[in-house]
Parts: sequence; structure tokens; C-alpha cells
Amino acid sequence: MSVPLTLLGLLEREPSHGYDLKRDYDTFFGRGKPLPFGQVYATLGRLARDGKVAVSAAEPGEGPDRKRYVITDRGVTEFETWLTEPVEAEPHLQTVLFAKVVLALMLGRPAAEYLDSQRAAHLQRMRELTELKRTGDLVDALLADHGLFHLEADLRWIDMTAARLDLLAKQVRR
Amino acid sequence: MIRAHDLKLSFGPTPALRGASVEVAPGEILAVMGPSGSGKSTLLHCLAGILVPDAGEVWFGDRRVDTLSETDRSALRRDRFGFVFQFGQLVPELTAEENVALPLLLAGVRRKPALTEARAWFPRLGLDGLEQRRSGELSGGEGQRVALARGMVAKPQILFADEPTGSLDSLTGELVMELMVAAVREQGTTVVLVTHEPRVAAYADREVVVRDGRAQSLVGS
Repeated sequence: MSVPLTLLGLLEREPSHGYDLKRDYDTFFGRGKPLPFGQVYATLGRLARDGKVAVSAAEPGEGPDRKRYVITDRGVTEFETWLTEPVEAEPHLQTVLFAKVVLALMLGRPAAEYLDSQRAAHLQRMRELTELKRTGDLVDALLADHGLFHLEADLRWIDMTAARLDLLAKQVRR
Repeated sequence: MIRAHDLKLSFGPTPALRGASVEVAPGEILAVMGPSGSGKSTLLHCLAGILVPDAGEVWFGDRRVDTLSETDRSALRRDRFGFVFQFGQLVPELTAEENVALPLLLAGVRRKPALTEARAWFPRLGLDGLEQRRSGELSGGEGQRVALARGMVAKPQILFADEPTGSLDSLTGELVMELMVAAVREQGTTVVLVTHEPRVAAYADREVVVRDGRAQSLVGS
């Protein structure tokens, strides 16, 4: 999650105070990990320095919360570029799990058992996410779905690997 | 609630179960997972008294199931168990509400109260207005919800569900699972859920994996 770009996106909606940005960020993107105020203002400061946001005239009173931030043309361009470019489709070829399986086979340790305990951990997490989906709102549900589909992909890999452990063992044991 | 010990069953020369044991607690939703051909459906059929194992024991409470006569097993299935299968298996000649009422009619409930009871399930499962449809006039998701209502209408102690979302897309399958979990939790029904889909199994309290005809609980679950 890119905090600067997300804040730019929120600012493209409407000029906002730091407090409003933090609130909206926490509501939609924070998910139990609120953005510290310090980080909000530090990020806004950097964006202002780079000419991506402008600070509108401070309102009466004191403190950073009196400032309203407005996105600039440069900020809009940067945000749009980020939004329209697909995220790099990472192949995840060298996962920790893969390394564990190969090492276990090399060392003659029980790779199948490692895969089983990983499968159990994945399913446990999937149960938690499913419960979150059942009890949460649509934002919770969509985030949980993202997690569930990724975990499911991992589980398929685990199943395929488990079914081919003998072959893999032959290849990695020299 | 129900348990199987060391079940063995072969179809001709092909062994389907090679010593499968499993136990399901009252009110528990157990997912039985495993690849195609692993024996998970066969295990469900043995637990439900549809198939009789060559060896091993099946117990429903303190009643031994595998030694019962075909007639007694039929009565047990009718009176205590509910079923949902992958392709609804609704009777095409009957309306949706008649399909739901079927287990009650077979158990000797008179037509009118049986249909009243059946109709009560339609709003619960978001099926209002579909009572008079025949299975050919229902979408896949609607058909599975009718099948779920039929599985639950006689208030079974155990619901056996074999790939209940297997023919549905993700979103529709999810709706069916949500409704199933809500219904069984409300009635305290025990569930044996056979599925190869992790996202479906995630609705269960616990899972066992069947491999090569043997069932095992996952380490740590």
C-alpha cells in the first residue's frame, strides 16, 4: 500500500485537512493498522515540497490541522499514471515455502509434514477471513476475498507439490 | 454424533477406502477434503448409510449403522439425515415447494402441513415467489437453495453435503454456503461437508483430508 499515492487519490476527490485524510485512510485502507498523524503530515510535507500538493491558506487558529491540502496538476498526473499502470505480476517463484520443501527433501526430512502443517495454517487463516466476511461490511468482505483467493492459490500449489514430492526429491538429491 | 472406524471398501478390484476413520461432534461442521478419487464421497456415503463398508464400523450416537438392514438404514436416512448433492437432484416433475416437502411426505406427514412447512423455507433462503417453479425453471443457485431447504426441512440431526457448491460460480456458491451455515447453526445440525474447494471448507469448523482412502486430521487444526 503506497501511502503518498493513496493520499493523493483521496485529495483528488476533494481538498482536505490532514485529519480527514487520516480518517478516510484508516476507514478504507488502514484495516486495523491506523496511519499515525506524524506520518500523514510528513507525507503531505514531502508531497508539497515536490509540488504534488499545495497548501491552501491556513484557517484561523493554530496547529497543522488548520491547513487544507489541494492536489496540483503534477499530483494528478502522478496519481493517474500509478492508477492506470498494472501492478507488476510477481511470479513469487522463490517463496519461503518452496525453499523449505527443497531443503527438507535435500536433507531427507519430512517435507510432506511441513506441507501439511502449512496447509492447516492456511486453512485456519481462511476460516478467520471467512468469518470476517460473514460478520463485516462489504469493504471487509472484499479485502477478505483478496486474501482468500491468494491463500487458495497457495493451497493449490501445496497440493500439487505434495503430489510430486517423490519426483522433486529425485531431482534435488544428488 | 457420528463416527467411522477403520473403514475399508473396494469397488471390484479398486480400493476406495483403506482404513478411514473420522469422528464428528454434535453441532460440528466437518469439511472432508481431498483430491478427486481420494475416497471422500465414498466416506460420506458410508457415514450416511448409503454404502456399507467391507470392513470397519460406523456409529451414529450409540447405534451401529453398518450392520443395520437396508430397510433400517433407509429409515435412518429418512428420519435423521438430510442430504444436499452437487447437482441438486430435484425431482423435475414436482414444483419447488413439493421438492422441499418431499422428505416430510416420505416420512408420512400429510400433504397440507408438509407444504406449509416447506413454504416457510422459501423466504429464509431468498426464494420468495419461486414456490411453484419446476427445477427446469430455476437457476443453478436457486436449485441448490431449494435442495438445501429439502435437506433441512425434516430437521435432520446430520446434514450430508457432497460438493454442494460444485456446480456454482464463486459468488453464488458463497451465498449457498452462507445460508447453509446460518440454517444449520440455527437448528444445531451437525454437518459433513465434502468439498475439494478450500474456500468452501473454510466455512467448516474443522477439516480432514482423505488421501488414498485414508482420512487424516491436519496437524495443528
